[in-house]
Amino acid sequence: MSEVILEGRDLRVVYGGETMLEVPGIAVRSGEVLAVIGPNGAGKSTLLRVLGLLESPSRGEVRFHGRPVPSRSQGLLALRRRFACVFQEPLLCDTTVEGNAGLGLRLRGKSAAESRTQVSVWLDRLGIAHLAERRARTLSGGEAQRVSLARAFAIEPDVLLLDEPFAALDPPTRAELLILLQGLLRQAGCTTLFVTHDREEAIQLGDRVAVMIGGRVEQIGRVAEVFGRPVSEEVARFVGVETVLDGAVVGASDGLLRIAADGVQIDALGKHTPGERVLVCLRPEDVILRREGGKAGESTRNHLTGRVIGATRLEAQYRVEVDCGPHVIALVTKQSFEDMALQAGSPVVVSFKASAVHLIRR
Amino acid sequence: MGLIWEGIREAIRLILSGDPGVLQITWLSVKISGTATLLSLLVGIPAGVGLALARFPGRGLLVALVNTGMGLPPVVVGLFVSILLWRSGPLGMLGLLYTPTAIVIAQFVIAAPIVTGLTMAAMQQLNPKLRLQLIALGASRPQVLWLLMRESRLLLLAAVMAGFGGVISEVGASMMVGGNLLGQTRVLTTATVLETGKGNFDVAIALSVILLALVFGVNYVLTWIQQRGRTP
Repeated sequence: MSEVILEGRDLRVVYGGETMLEVPGIAVRSGEVLAVIGPNGAGKSTLLRVLGLLESPSRGEVRFHGRPVPSRSQGLLALRRRFACVFQEPLLCDTTVEGNAGLGLRLRGKSAAESRTQVSVWLDRLGIAHLAERRARTLSGGEAQRVSLARAFAIEPDVLLLDEPFAALDPPTRAELLILLQGLLRQAGCTTLFVTHDREEAIQLGDRVAVMIGGRVEQIGRVAEVFGRPVSEEVARFVGVETVLDGAVVGASDGLLRIAADGVQIDALGKHTPGERVLVCLRPEDVILRREGGKAGESTRNHLTGRVIGATRLEAQYRVEVDCGPHVIALVTKQSFEDMALQAGSPVVVSFKASAVHLIRR
Repeated sequence: MGLIWEGIREAIRLILSGDPGVLQITWLSVKISGTATLLSLLVGIPAGVGLALARFPGRGLLVALVNTGMGLPPVVVGLFVSILLWRSGPLGMLGLLYTPTAIVIAQFVIAAPIVTGLTMAAMQQLNPKLRLQLIALGASRPQVLWLLMRESRLLLLAAVMAGFGGVISEVGASMMVGGNLLGQTRVLTTATVLETGKGNFDVAIALSVILLALVFGVNYVLTWIQQRGRTP
């Protein structure tokens, strides 16, 4: 495991008597992308400002390379100059693209010539070299955000802070920039704190992910772990678990558990003991729908019969709600949805593997 | 109409002939109002930036006072500066009343709130997040202030124009604290008042035309600086 570069200890931020942030400990490791996700108002941006040395916490301390960060002094400015930040709004100055991209360098006392060489490299990598002489206020949203990214990367920061950098962009531009940024981060290998409310972005860019809810970090870990094994119902809901059932363990043998939930029996894997109360979590993409009589996969242990309540068209899929005692949500491709000719009231069988079931102890 | 044409002809004659009296009055107006404007910039820009960016107790009251000050009637300023500088007044020993310095002081009092108020408005119309972005880019405090002022440069120049425009055209305070003494404290506005009173409309119109041309000239230069390099 690589070295911890940036660390918050016992952090607390209070605005007007209201606690916005309460984080006993959080660490960003050298070279990793730590994605911070959570609903609006969860304190993500506050955490970014505190760890990014832009705001001092009401309590607690931030450590950089193991040393506490001074609260106000020349030392703070010197440390801040090893960071760079990209916000949701590009926040460019009224000058040329080149002037904007080189701003961080010139603030650090770099000569115009030195700055120009460095800037041209990054304008090129971000695909905006041809815009170098353009006035910043004539740019489109996507172009402006590329300038903002170039401005941050040109500094070659130790720590890059990204606060919802794609939230204001249209989907194609966003997708394009995400892929570009993924490549740049891998290439630059710079430690990154990436705040977003979009879990797809977190999966795509993050090495680890922290889920914040109500000012607290509820869970932090590898992306697969947090998305697959959320620790609480709130985290589960935020990371995309759509079916959460109340249940109890009624049988256990060799790690195979039987759970009773809302009048049905579900097989799951785990080390829980009979009698224990659990929350049964199912991701919609792990649920398979078929018409009665259709063939089920061999390793699939759970089969529940029920009726379709309703379906919502998504981009390439349908989100189908099925009443099989408990309500279960499934994602079905457009093709199979149409093949099965599903509609409200259609009898269906809902199937999922025991390994797809995640249990949270209550 | 005839009167106006005659006045304009007289003005052109006075300007072209380089009438020493008129030149002296014009030059004195520029010197006094220019000095007062410069002083008001030295005080008003830092004060406006401070009021726009800092948060401290009593700020709201100060902002209200500055905004009130932007509409300060020149005669009221003239009255209080006169009292201050009166021979038996608090600053009477300086012997400044009826000198150009007295007019500079009065005009400074008029222009400073205008420059402060417009500077404050200029800084406040910037995106508040820009400041955080600049800090996050590693700007020191002076660098942040400089960059923010550069961002609002169009409106800051407007503040300069408004300040200069306010004092070069002001008459009440100049009359009261300057006394309209020929060759010493007679400026374009007070001279215009005097000539109109005497019924010398042609000279009064000439002085007015010169005053208008002066205001236009200064604003034209400032506007040129402001709009340079901007495409619509």
